[in-house]
Amino acid sequence: MASSPETTTLDIEGMTCASCASFVEKSLSRAPGVQSASVNFATEKATVQYLPELATPATLKEAVINAGYGVLERAPDTSAAERSAEIDRQKARAYHKLKRRFWVAAALALLIMPLSMLMLWPALLERVSLPVLNYVLLALTLPVLLYSGREFYVSAWNGFRHRAANMDTLIAVGTGAAFLYSLAATVAPGYFLRRGIMPEVYFDTTATIIALILLGKVLEMRAKTQTSAAMKALLGLQAKTARVVRPGGQEVDVPIEQVQLHDVVVVRPGEKVATDGLITEGHSFLDEAMLTGESLPVEKTVGAAVFGATLNKTGSFRFRVTKVGADTMLAQIVQMVEDAQGSRAPIQRLADKVSAVFVPTVVVIAILTFVLWFDLAPVSTRLPLALVNFVAVLIIACPCALGLATPTAIMVSTGKGAEHGVLIRNAEALEKAYRVNTVLLDKTGTITRGEPAVTDFVAPGSSATDLLPLIAAVERQSEHPLAEAVVRYAAAQMPAAESLAATAFRAVEGKGAAALVDGRAVLIGNRRLLADEGVSLSADLEARAKDLLAEAKTVLYVAVAGQAVALLGVADTVRDTSAAAIGKLQRLGIEVVMMTGDNPQTAAQVAAQVGITRYFAEVLPADKAGKVKELQAEGRTVAMVGDGINDAPALAQADIGLAIGSGTDVAMEAAGITLMRSDLNGVVTAIELSRQTIRTIKQNLFFAFIYNTLGIPIAAGLLYPVFGWLLSPMLAAGAMALSSVSVLTNSLRLRGFTNQ
Amino acid sequence: MDSAELIVTAGGLALAAFVLWYFFFSARRTAAAVSSSGGVQEVAITVKGGYSPDVIEVERGKPVQLSFYRDEESSCSEELLMPDFRIRRDLPAFKTTLVELLPQQAGRFEFTCGMGMLRGSLVVK
Ligand SMILES: [Cu+2]
Repeated sequence: MASSPETTTLDIEGMTCASCASFVEKSLSRAPGVQSASVNFATEKATVQYLPELATPATLKEAVINAGYGVLERAPDTSAAERSAEIDRQKARAYHKLKRRFWVAAALALLIMPLSMLMLWPALLERVSLPVLNYVLLALTLPVLLYSGREFYVSAWNGFRHRAANMDTLIAVGTGAAFLYSLAATVAPGYFLRRGIMPEVYFDTTATIIALILLGKVLEMRAKTQTSAAMKALLGLQAKTARVVRPGGQEVDVPIEQVQLHDVVVVRPGEKVATDGLITEGHSFLDEAMLTGESLPVEKTVGAAVFGATLNKTGSFRFRVTKVGADTMLAQIVQMVEDAQGSRAPIQRLADKVSAVFVPTVVVIAILTFVLWFDLAPVSTRLPLALVNFVAVLIIACPCALGLATPTAIMVSTGKGAEHGVLIRNAEALEKAYRVNTVLLDKTGTITRGEPAVTDFVAPGSSATDLLPLIAAVERQSEHPLAEAVVRYAAAQMPAAESLAATAFRAVEGKGAAALVDGRAVLIGNRRLLADEGVSLSADLEARAKDLLAEAKTVLYVAVAGQAVALLGVADTVRDTSAAAIGKLQRLGIEVVMMTGDNPQTAAQVAAQVGITRYFAEVLPADKAGKVKELQAEGRTVAMVGDGINDAPALAQADIGLAIGSGTDVAMEAAGITLMRSDLNGVVTAIELSRQTIRTIKQNLFFAFIYNTLGIPIAAGLLYPVFGWLLSPMLAAGAMALSSVSVLTNSLRLRGFTNQ
Repeated sequence: MDSAELIVTAGGLALAAFVLWYFFFSARRTAAAVSSSGGVQEVAITVKGGYSPDVIEVERGKPVQLSFYRDEESSCSEELLMPDFRIRRDLPAFKTTLVELLPQQAGRFEFTCGMGMLRGSLVVK
């Protein structure tokens, strides 16, 4: 005996990401008696459909616990949004703390510097006692060290215990050495004097380095929050509530988390769509720029899909919810961008390898610098010179600029791409798009709209206003795709016309349709339909039909009351934007190649229309990937642009696949880049964005590497014998602070990316 | 060469050798922490100047839950990167952050801090 399944909702505890959600989902789906389970990470809810005789809420809970999570019995108090807000709060607190530490260090350093310079004026120096001055400087430096710089020492120590050296190690060892030397010179100057060394102090060096490094960190933290701003902005687009229509008919505002599948939601003009669904009633224009980058509002009628976070402009409508939470388009876009930001670009590999061995190597170089200066410099100055150069090497060598070079550029550009409706799957895809020199376009659905449209209406001797309503009346009854195109054409030509009713409708398999409209017999179909019905064509129509056929169009013949009166030319039309976008690609130095399953004649027609010179015609779906291989064999780096399931193998075979438009999931899965808008301009945007990003990364890496490779020898004093140049540790600190800030600023320039 | 120079030279070289050995050649603490309950391999990792344990052995094809407890405020460790699993996660200080993944292939996968200085690896068997 089988009873009907029941549905329940569980509040899941402990999920931190979408993959947790899929764990819970799998665990629930495998539990006995469960028919389906869907877990929403954003709302932390699991919706489970189960057979009550095999499962109970208790066994479901057990399944969740087995997956390593919990089920909340009471109402959840921390939602995912709140948790992310908590991370933001913590970051804001850390930023404030960092700023305070910086200001303390800066203020004290500004006091310490002029006091240290007193020693440069012997006249002044006579009036103050040097030991007293040194103790004053020590007292002023201690707070800088113990409060502002504390984290460096703690972190360096923690790292040391883990046999891991980080950039804090360098700062801690450098400033620590300068401070300890100064401390000894202050407390026991006699010891130095007896050995013929002036007991100089470097409190100003210590304090200034800490202040400058902290300044660098403050600027870095500020810039970092800007790199992820695009993602925050995307998530912020979500509607907070939805107006749900209850079965009784009344409309209730409910929090977005409580919206369930199959709910009916009302959207009024100016409101945001709460979640994804299909329109059941009404008609409107929607601004979908946030998802697709398309700036013009899109018309939507009954049956059309609407997406959460898009903006309803004109009419009001109702839609049935098809997706909630993590399944919605917006959530998937955010997830995809986050995934991309977590990936590593191959270009980063060298930097990764370098930074892993960098710090210990630098420490060794610094020690050797110390030894060499101590051994080679005059006895009276060897200790201070050795120390100053030791500190300078440590401070200048900080590799943080290297670590920031790639990730910051990737973060900014993936966010920017999402804004333009270009979803980049990972950093590798971005890097590959940069090298593309050949773009292979699948004709149908990519260059063209992928659906037939009426391009010609030929009616010698009768007026369109008379004929079109008759034709539309018949075709409205037909389910043929060509009929749909005719109805659309009629509606577009005469939007105000009243629709006529057709009676005695009869579809003729493979030929067309016939019906009575206004008492007149109307026939629409191919040549054979007319021939079978005994209708002959005039010489004029015959000639026009031949012309249309020569243009590789499908021709529909219309007869009214036994007389052939009109012809309709139907073809898959080229998108308005295709020719311009292909032109842009060609100007970027990219060869554009087209492939299609159509005959060579049609292919040539379309290719000429959009300015393509090379094309493959009559390509079977199974051979598409082979064509990609063929181009690759010519030594080209190929980007394949396609939209359908049958494009997936070709998308995967290409060096980089771009799935266009509301492409199928399979196509998106196989593609490195997904274009949210059905428009070839997205290809241009993707390639330009990738070129700019890689250029930025290369600049960043150049700056970071040049800076470290030149900085270290100069700091070590390699130029001293030649030019007498030494790098002051304070200058090193300033340069180091600037280096990571300049790398970040360079990456942030990508935010200014616009698509021409 | 006076005695001070000798001492500094010998001391410096010894120190340099120690640094190289300590960071590159000394035996890593490769505590492989694997516990399994309900099919999920759970590993607790403390983040404090590094990852401990920093080598984690797990089995292929079974979900892994790594719980990172960040026991410091140093900004070096604030981000966790697992490039092979496309994970980038903020680790709030003094909090536990759970990271779930499903290793499908055997191999050694590195995880690092945001700048690639702190390192650990996930060994999938
Ligand atoms: Cu640094």
